[in-house]
This record gives sequence, C-alpha cells and structure tokens, in this order.
Amino acid sequence: MAEIAIKGVAKRFGGFTALHQVDLTIADQEFMVLLGASGCGKTTLLRIVAGLERPSQGEVWIGGRRVDHLPPRERGIAMVFQNYAVFPHLSVFENIAFGLRMKKLPQQEVERRVNRTAELMHIEQLLKRYSGQLSGGQRQRVAVARALAMEPDVILMDEPLSNLDALLRLEMRAELKGVLAASKTTTIYVTHDQVEAMSLADRIAVMHQGRIVQSASPVEVYRNPAARFVGSFIGNPPMNFIPATKAENGSWTVAGLTLSGPKSDKPRIEFAIRPEDVDAGGEGLRATVRVIEPLGPHTLVTCDVEGGLFRAILDSNASVQVGDDLRLAPKPDRIRWFDPETTNAL
Amino acid sequence: MHGKALPYLLLMPATLFLCIFFLYPFALVAFEAVTRDGAFTFDNFRTMAGSWKFPVTVRNTLLLAAIVVPIQLTMALLMASVVSRLETGRSAALYVFAIPLGISDLAAGLIWLAIFDQSGFLNTLLSSLGVVDRPVMFLGYQSKLTIFIAVALAEIWRATAIMMVILVAGMGLIPKEYYEAAEVFGASPWQRFVRITLPLLRPSLQTAIILRVILAFEVFAVVAALGGTNLPVLMGETYNWQFTLQDRNVAAASALLILAISIGFTLFFLRVLRVPKEARI
Ligand SMILES: Nc1ncnc2c1ncn2[C@@H]1O[C@H](COP(=O)(O)OP(=O)(O)OP(=O)(O)O)[C@@H](O)[C@H]1O
Ligand SMILES: [Mg+2]
Repeated sequence: MAEIAIKGVAKRFGGFTALHQVDLTIADQEFMVLLGASGCGKTTLLRIVAGLERPSQGEVWIGGRRVDHLPPRERGIAMVFQNYAVFPHLSVFENIAFGLRMKKLPQQEVERRVNRTAELMHIEQLLKRYSGQLSGGQRQRVAVARALAMEPDVILMDEPLSNLDALLRLEMRAELKGVLAASKTTTIYVTHDQVEAMSLADRIAVMHQGRIVQSASPVEVYRNPAARFVGSFIGNPPMNFIPATKAENGSWTVAGLTLSGPKSDKPRIEFAIRPEDVDAGGEGLRATVRVIEPLGPHTLVTCDVEGGLFRAILDSNASVQVGDDLRLAPKPDRIRWFDPETTNAL
Repeated sequence: MHGKALPYLLLMPATLFLCIFFLYPFALVAFEAVTRDGAFTFDNFRTMAGSWKFPVTVRNTLLLAAIVVPIQLTMALLMASVVSRLETGRSAALYVFAIPLGISDLAAGLIWLAIFDQSGFLNTLLSSLGVVDRPVMFLGYQSKLTIFIAVALAEIWRATAIMMVILVAGMGLIPKEYYEAAEVFGASPWQRFVRITLPLLRPSLQTAIILRVILAFEVFAVVAALGGTNLPVLMGETYNWQFTLQDRNVAAASALLILAISIGFTLFFLRVLRVPKEARI
C-alpha cells in the first residue's frame, strides 16, 4: 500500500516561488502523470516527493507515513532523473544493480533483476559498457532500468522517455505501463508530451506556474478543462477561444451566433470549442478560411473568426477553398465557457 | 596542419626551459653518479650502500613516508569532505587550513622545535601544570621515538593542507546528481563516500598522493631542525656526502636513488589509481 499525499506543499527558491500550495493525492497503484510546460515546477514537485528538496511549507505522506523529515533512502521510492545521473564509473550492469547492492540482495537475484529489466528496456547487449560509451537515449533507458530493478512501491519518473525516437518511445511506453501495472507500483510520471500523458495516465495533473490547475482522468481533462490554460495546453491543435458578449441573461453572442450559455452578470465571457467539435454548414460561426492542411483522415482548416485564429478539423472530403466564407456549427454539448478574469471554467 | 602544430608551438618555451634547467643538470648529475675520475664505475653506489648509516636512512625515510602519508591522506579526505559540504564560509575554512602551506619546511621545523625544545612551550606547559618538575629532553639522542613522532607531527601539520586543497577541488568536480541518485537508491552517507566520492575522486587522489609521496622522500629541513643527526634520512645523507664529506659523486648517486624511488612510487600510484578511459566523467 503506497498512497502518496501531497498536502499544501509550497517551495520557494530565495524570492522565487516555484510551487504554490500544491495539494495532490495519488492513490495506491495509480499512474499519475504530471503534465505542464517547461519550468512550471514538475521536477521540483517530484524532488520534494523524493526527499531531494525540502518543501518550504506543507507535508508529504507516502503509504500513510509522514516522510518530509526522512532522507530519500527511507522513503521506499525509486526515481528516474531528468538528467539520467547514470554513474560514469560503473558499467551499465552495475548501474542497474546499484540499488540492489545497497539492499544487499544475493548475487543471483541481482543478476536476475538486472537481466530482466535490461531486456525490457532493450539494453541487454550494453551491460558491459560504461555511461560514456552510450548514446543519450541508451543512457536514459539505463536510468529507467535502474529504477525498475528496485521493484519499489513508488516510482518517480522525470521525463523518462524524452530522448527516445518516436517508434521506440511508443514501444517503451506500452511496456512501462504493462510492467508498472503488473507490479502494482504507484507511479508519478512527469512529461510535457501530452500524447504520452493521455496514453499512460490513470489521472493527469496539469501544472501551470507552480500550481496544479486540474487533476482528473485524461478524458475529463480533455473534455472539461477546468481552466483556460488546460484547454489551450492540451489537444493538438488546442482548443479555440472566442470572446462572447452578453445578449440577454443566459444567452451570448459569439461571432454572429447566439448561443445559450451560463448565467453570469459579466458583460463578456469566453466561448471555447475543440477543433474537432464543429461541423461545416448550417447555422454557425462566421469564418474565413486562411490555410488548409490535408492530414489524411481529416483536414485541418485554419480560419479567421472575429479577427482571431480558429482551427477546425473537418472531414477530408469537405470541399473548402482558401478565402471561402464558412459557417462552422459547434456541437452544443461540447461548448465550454470560461471567465476571462479568473480563467476558470464557468 | 597549422592548427595541429599550434599547441606544440605554445608548449615550446616551457619545454626548452625544462630541457636547459632540468634535463641538462640532471644529465650532469647522472653522469657524476656513474663515473669517478672520468672512468665509468658503480663504485659510488657501492660506497653509498656500504656506509653504516645507509640502511638506517633508507628505513627512516620509508617509515616516515609510510606513516605520514596515510595519516595525511585520511585527514585530508576528512577535512575536504567537511569543507566541501559547507554552504557558507567555505573559502574562509580553506584559507585557515591552508596557512601552514605558506610556511617553508625549515620554518615549520623550527616552530615545532620551539614546542618540543627543552625550554619550549610543551615543557613550560607541563611544569606549570606540575606534571613534571624538571624540563624533559624530548629531542635528546636517546629518544629516537619522540624525535620520530615530532617529525611526523610537523610533517602532518605542514603538508596535509596541500592534499586537502587538491581533494576539495576534485570533490567540487563531482556533479551533485550522482550523490542524489545514490541517495535515492539507498546509499548511506558512508556508502556514498566509498562508492561515489572515492572512485570519482581518483584523478585528484592520484595527484595528491604522488605529490605527497615525492615530498615525503625529500624530507630534510624538518628533520634537520628537530632531530639534527639523530634521525638520518636519505636527503640528509645526500647533503652530508656533498657538503660534509665533499664527495660529489656519491652525493649524485644518492640523489639518483631518491629519484628512482620517487619514480617507482609515482608509476605505482599512476597504475593503481588509473581511471579507465571509458569510465571517466
Ligand atoms: N535550485 C533552484 N534555485 C532556483 N530556482 C530554481 C531551482 N530549481 C528550480 N528552480 C526554478 O523553479 C522553476 C521550476 O523548475 P522545475 O525544474 O521544477 O521545472 P520543470 O517543470 O521540471 O521544467 P522542465 O519541463 O523544463 O524540466 C523554474 O522556474 C526554475 O527556474
Ligand atoms: Mg523538469
């Protein structure tokens, strides 16, 4: 049983606040992905859970035990470092075996685990080499194997696949997920690759400027962004936002279209829709086509709506030309509204 | 072509300087060591080794090195670990530790003589505390062991800092991430020292040890100040042959012997503490 609870954790570096009041609970055996732009505090949060950094404020609990005063080695964790930290003076084999040797496991068991994890990460032919003789991607896989070999209750991974080619990343991703599920490991996985986040996570915690903006299932995060940032960060292309002005209470005018929306006393709010949630034709948003990008199964159309960019994903046999005036009808159940001041969903 | 030659050109003046002021005199000394009155001979070495003092000097020198260097190494490692961990006041601590470095070896010997002398600090202290009623002859000719201990102390006091400075610099080169990884994977502070610091410090350890061992074989002024002729060492004997006994050829042979021992140990430590090319940081 290794539930992780982060309670009111803040971290300041001198005058700079890297984390503000982070609260997050990761259930036993859950696969939690931390997703966020570069510099938003993902590594800092992970290092606080690992015990490599002290929180300025707040508590960290692992498996029902308060751990903020414990050194990393007493927290029952393993970690993949963003910069790998593969020991240069040890062979790949000894690197993977490092934690097992610290635990004084019998040689036979060490060999079994090293070989198994090395095979999993496709580095079994590199076991005799040294870090200096490996490529970046190989080094990264050594770092992952070293953590997996520990068979820990909790594994913390900081962008563990960032340096692999697309194909290998896809394969490793699937294997990681399988292995960690089978070993019932509680995982915190940091990435800024949203596809990776979507495909791996039980839950995604989206971070922005030192705060967790939303933590929910991948579908929920995608469908119902809790804040404007989440909608604009997740999805490729991201969500479209258009200013909406009040028509009467509960209905709003958006690019020439009147839609029923939330009741609010604000004169202006924001309308949002995902590119794939519009249909061409009929009663819709007035749009002028600027760029057309056929992507095979569908076509990405970039338009002007109300003087702003708007991206729509249309069926590939829709016949549109650059310069066309289109009507894009949003699917009513997919429309979201945001408060422009707080940026929160309405 | 031009680019490749440049480093060699830049090294040229220093190399020439070394050749003129080191290799040439060295060749002269080597020549003197193996000749007498113009004829080639090993007599000089035989004379040197035949002297009744020779076994004692060799024994004293080796023993002194064997005791002083390991103690210094341990202390330097300990001090360097502490200093490297300091977050503030690190350079202040380094300066304090490095004070003895600024003192010549003869001056160091004299300082310790002032402590151990019959009318020195130690005797004053002991008699004022009433431990002794008459001053003790610590460095008399019967008390070889005390002389040895005093010399060892003076040497440790004087030359540990140089090792420490080298080791502090070396520890600063080890990236922090390796310690963090080791810590996460269960290494205790001691295990981190043994499994991360020591192996990654090998290049600096090599430099520090070789430097110290060579200096230990050349020990002279401290011994002269504290022991006079009561604790003969190799360098002292070389001095004797040259200036007291006025035999340049035997003195040259003796100097060559010290050089040979130094080279021998240097090669030994280069080999033992070698870092395989692929395992470098
Ligand atoms: N030791 C430190 N001292 C001062 N500021 C720091 C320190 N470590 C991190 N920061 C700052 O804290 C913020 C968060 O850093 P962090 O490494 O957690 O980002 P990240 O989300 O992991 O980014 P990336 O995706 O680029 O790895 C950054 O703005 C960074 O500059
Ligand atoms: Mg990071």
